[in-house]
Amino acid sequence: MIETALSILVGIFFSVAVYLLLSKHTIRIMLGVVVLGNAANLSIFTAGRLTREVPPVIPIDLNVPEIATANPLPQALVLTAIVISFSLFAFLLVLAWRAYQDLDTDNTEEMRLAEPKNDPLPPLSY
Amino acid sequence: MESASNPYGVDISQAMIVERVALADWLLVFPVALPLLTAAILVMLRSRPKLHAPIALGVIGIVLFSNVVLLARVLDDGPFAMTMGRWLPPFGITFVADTLGVLLAATAALVALVCALFGSTSINATGQRYGFYPFLMLLMTGVGGSFLTGDIFNMYVWFEVFLISSFGLLILGSERAQLDGAFKYAILNLVATTMFLIATGLLYGVYGTLNMADIALKSEGLRGEGPLMMLATLYLVAFGMKAAAFPLHFWLPASYHTPRLVVGALFGALLTKVGIYALLRTLFVLMPQEGGALSGVIAVVAVLTMIFGVIGALAQADIRRIMGYVVISGIGIMMAGLALGDEVGLAGTVLYAVHSMLVMAALYLLVALMRQVGGSYALADLGGLYRSHPLLAAIALLLVLSAAGLPPGSGLWPKVMLVKSALDGGAGWLAFAILLSGLLTTLALGRVFALAFWRPRAGNGLAEAGTLDRTGMFALILLMIPILWIGLYPEPVLAMANAAAASLLDPVGYSLLVLPGGGS
Repeated sequence: MIETALSILVGIFFSVAVYLLLSKHTIRIMLGVVVLGNAANLSIFTAGRLTREVPPVIPIDLNVPEIATANPLPQALVLTAIVISFSLFAFLLVLAWRAYQDLDTDNTEEMRLAEPKNDPLPPLSY
Repeated sequence: MESASNPYGVDISQAMIVERVALADWLLVFPVALPLLTAAILVMLRSRPKLHAPIALGVIGIVLFSNVVLLARVLDDGPFAMTMGRWLPPFGITFVADTLGVLLAATAALVALVCALFGSTSINATGQRYGFYPFLMLLMTGVGGSFLTGDIFNMYVWFEVFLISSFGLLILGSERAQLDGAFKYAILNLVATTMFLIATGLLYGVYGTLNMADIALKSEGLRGEGPLMMLATLYLVAFGMKAAAFPLHFWLPASYHTPRLVVGALFGALLTKVGIYALLRTLFVLMPQEGGALSGVIAVVAVLTMIFGVIGALAQADIRRIMGYVVISGIGIMMAGLALGDEVGLAGTVLYAVHSMLVMAALYLLVALMRQVGGSYALADLGGLYRSHPLLAAIALLLVLSAAGLPPGSGLWPKVMLVKSALDGGAGWLAFAILLSGLLTTLALGRVFALAFWRPRAGNGLAEAGTLDRTGMFALILLMIPILWIGLYPEPVLAMANAAAASLLDPVGYSLLVLPGGGS
């Protein structure tokens, strides 16, 4: 049940992320990247099955848990992914800010420095 | 056994390896652990950039040596695996040394060694203080980890490691064009790795395991219920984007010509090939049937990538950007082998990956040397280099022939295998596309040779000619040795490529190697 609700939420996250990623302004693209990262994390969390209120703690006199517990592995994966996406986003923010300062634009259509519009043709004769 | 002396009286032999790990097995972590440690040491030595190059060269030398020893062992005694923290395989993170991974890791280490040597003179003191060598070591960590890991989530982590170090290398110098190129590179690659992460999360939801060997064993039983076809397609899109396959390749020509050329050499050699390697692992080992079902799509993508890549190269006037498009065209040829999916075709892909790593690095280094002696990157301005630098011209000619797939370079044999596989498999149009892209590559790169080397230098001398960097020339010659060796005496590498292809087509054998008990 809760999986269905979360799946719908993940779907909404993905559509928002794609919409933002398709825009022309760098800041909106950055926001799209953040939302996409969160959508990925939530989908891992949901794919790992959700179990409420049963922490994966083994009683002191047993070797294995008595009943099915919450799965700690997806949480470890999500934690790793959060750290990575956070650090990459920090880098991207600085990069976008420097690009805005140096290129004087936040419009990706006008960011043509690496691939200039009026590129010369190669020499056509020897 | 240790379980008896365990203070809790628990039998741990069901979850952990109780025997000691053989000393020789530890070699498997060297290609990852050593560069990581060195990167940390080099960051601490930030204020003494003079020490960076010798330390980095020494460590990459050790990494290359341990990769070669690993390769020799894998060829003699067969592949082996090692699981971190002494957990039994499906629980711990496994590193696997098989022919495919170790062959590519050894080639990557060789390219990194040459680039580190080239960088010692071509990257100035500011660039070294900025962290060229620490980033290079981190890049090697990520690339080596991707080639050797046997865990799909761990592979994602290594992808991010080399991705973030490639950002650092890409903006070394902080020029305006670099910021522009880096922004596009960063966003598109980040989206690709996020898709890799999403696919891996869903894969975990289906299989309940992340160990690639375990997944390969389980995929037979789950074929009826799991959305495996969707997972395979997600992986194809994610890794196709990393590998710069058409139509997801636009980040590559936008960025690869902006950094220092030695960085371009590293990227062109290593990063896209990791994407191809990941495609081989996911589509052939993890989900062989689904990978086979996608072969029609992969074939179309392969043809479009190789043809559009080389047409892009024909349209460029800047030699750096020509090389970017040649990288893309090579990706198309490797994907042709993926589409064919038989042993000869896959061996062709593996061999082409080795060839492409060496030749693309050499071509970028050649461009750097041409800039030094010719004073320009523009085809219109260059000229007369044959007269002034005959040795460089000879190397350039060999590289042009090799990249186009003509003898005596290393490009001939993989193309022969791919064309043979295509003709045997009744895919004549694929064989035609491979040969056509070879012809167009000859034209694109042959024109570079004709204009920059053969043509007499324009009288007024538009750009100042400099002197040739001897260390750089030595590095380039060092790279020519394996290229010519593969071209003239292909048997040893061919045998390795065949072994790699055979193991790709036998996922159960791979699984039983990692999980001798047959999995959880």
